[in-house]
Amino acid sequence: MTSDANPLRYANQPDGEGRFGPYGGKFVAETLMAALAELESMYRRLSEDAEFQREFDEDLAHYVGRPSPLYEARRWSDEIGGARIFLKREDLNHTGAHKVNNTVGQALLAKHMGKPRVIAETGAGQHGVASATIAARLGLECHVFMGAEDVQRQSLNVYRMKLLGATVVPVTAGSATLKDAMNEAMRDWVTNVDDTFYIIGTVAGPHPYPMLVRDFQCVIGREARAQCLAQTGKLPDALVACVGGGSNAIGLFHPFLADESVAMYGVEAGGHGIETGQHAAPLSAGSPGILHGNRTYLMQDEDGQIIHTHSVSAGLDYPGVGPEHSWLKDIGRVDYVAANDDEALAAFHKLTRIEGIMPALETAHALAYAEKLAATMTPEQSIVVNLSGRGDKDILTVARLEGIEV
Amino acid sequence: MSRIAGVFQTLEATSRKAVIPYIVAGDPIVDITVDLMTALVEGGADIIELGVPFSDPMSEGPVIQRGHERALERGVRLRGVLETVRQFRQENTHTPVLLMGYANPVEHMGYQRFADEASAAGVDALLTVDVPPEEVDDINAELKRVGMDNIFLIAPTTPSSRMDRITAQASGFIYYVSLKGVTGAGNLDQQAVSEQVAEIRRHTSLPVCVGFGIKDGPSAARVARDADGVVIGSALVQRLADVQAAGGDRVAILSAATALLTDIRAHVDGMQSDAA
Repeated sequence: MTSDANPLRYANQPDGEGRFGPYGGKFVAETLMAALAELESMYRRLSEDAEFQREFDEDLAHYVGRPSPLYEARRWSDEIGGARIFLKREDLNHTGAHKVNNTVGQALLAKHMGKPRVIAETGAGQHGVASATIAARLGLECHVFMGAEDVQRQSLNVYRMKLLGATVVPVTAGSATLKDAMNEAMRDWVTNVDDTFYIIGTVAGPHPYPMLVRDFQCVIGREARAQCLAQTGKLPDALVACVGGGSNAIGLFHPFLADESVAMYGVEAGGHGIETGQHAAPLSAGSPGILHGNRTYLMQDEDGQIIHTHSVSAGLDYPGVGPEHSWLKDIGRVDYVAANDDEALAAFHKLTRIEGIMPALETAHALAYAEKLAATMTPEQSIVVNLSGRGDKDILTVARLEGIEV
Repeated sequence: MSRIAGVFQTLEATSRKAVIPYIVAGDPIVDITVDLMTALVEGGADIIELGVPFSDPMSEGPVIQRGHERALERGVRLRGVLETVRQFRQENTHTPVLLMGYANPVEHMGYQRFADEASAAGVDALLTVDVPPEEVDDINAELKRVGMDNIFLIAPTTPSSRMDRITAQASGFIYYVSLKGVTGAGNLDQQAVSEQVAEIRRHTSLPVCVGFGIKDGPSAARVARDADGVVIGSALVQRLADVQAAGGDRVAILSAATALLTDIRAHVDGMQSDAA
């Protein structure tokens, strides 16, 4: 890295207005401004409150099952013949993905703010399941907004949410995927703002969400950093994580940002290929704009209309990305690359067969890139890949794509 | 004086209230908008609020969402909306036109270019739903440069302590959102509207207009007791869509628009004479 790498430069983001350089901010209707201010002041107070931190840490330890292991994928590394690959096993968390770290944190905020009702948007269903789970545990009413297309392709998670007592609301507007679910969640929030807490699932949305979701997810990187030092005696040479909205990636990356020697790769969904236009890779092929409360890189047409995205994985099928990623791209601290649908599917099978670990299709994008990267490195070097979620939810999708009846 | 300030001055002199219809540009028929604006003026509109279609209209209820979707499917974009206003201005130079939409199409065009082209087309004001005063500095500088008004929302959730920050940036009029929710939502709370409008007046001398949740003549008349103007959106968009869906032609849609506005106008003006 360059002389840019001043630890405070990363720790002090965002600024008081919620901006990461030119990105972020609070682009919402006036009705929500008071609720965002209330959330921000409550969060700032509680994040310095030892009792709140203790509650959060205890939930992570005893309910989520943290710390998650850092597992060395030896057979896979040997076969590639390059760097040692370590997997940060977020798939072993309760509910099967990193999403729960954030929902535990936000549900505690909801509890402290006295909100009896929570809402969430979901794409792959992992955040919806994590929200429904924590709502069940705390006795909160829970409504999950999900694009009608995603309801179809993630039917197992839909049923899981219903079993947990949540109401799943299919959204048919627009492209009927994650972005439309988020629109509908915002509409619900503006209508029920007095008694409702909106649990945003990723590091996007209006300030303070990108900040607080990041803070809750940073447990991933803090653990990985300590585990890597303990297991290898040094920091990793590279980090790899998939990026849809970007919460698992920022959670892994952020505690390493000031470590200049650590390279970072965020892997977006290349869909049918960046050159086809059918993808979900705003950092690789989009431009800055304003959507869902923040300024960030977006997939948009020449008139500033948001365009339809494509990815085999519902969780990455989103035209925007968290504003901190946009900033990290512009300053050159993180490299953003893409893996296509077929590369992700191949990585899904590879890890399943060679390590006995079935990754989520979202995660498989990171694995596909890690495989290429490892091959360019030496066995003295190491890579940490965020294994952000498990693949059980995707079994039917994979079978369907391969023409197999289950 | 801006065209909007002029309208409110004239209304005040005659003790009348502003009637502000909202339509989505290019809806329900792509090339009907200029004639529709004229029909609304014939029905008594004082200011026209023209919705700029956006792919993700987060503050709209289902009725106006569908209006945006219909217009987008027919290729209506910000550039086309500006052209529509330019054509309207060739036959009408007195009725202010306010563009209401979302930040991204304007940001993508570029604030400077938008300000230049919109003012040249004859647009009087901009209301970007998702740009609160915290984020408005760059665009406001450009609007001021070309003499366009920037219309801000104040909501039922806006604390009194925040109002000065909003009114300091606002010009033209203040748009009070009568309910917590999206456009076209449930019934507004008249008492709350009355109190909040009075509170807003303690912070600004700008006219205060009220929108979201006004369904018909009687509800418009009730709101107009406290406000300087009323905005009628979803009810109008729905009416025009219904006429078209029932097979109504261009003439039928235009007549329906004039008729609905005439009715609202009569109720709002009737309220005036009742009160006097």
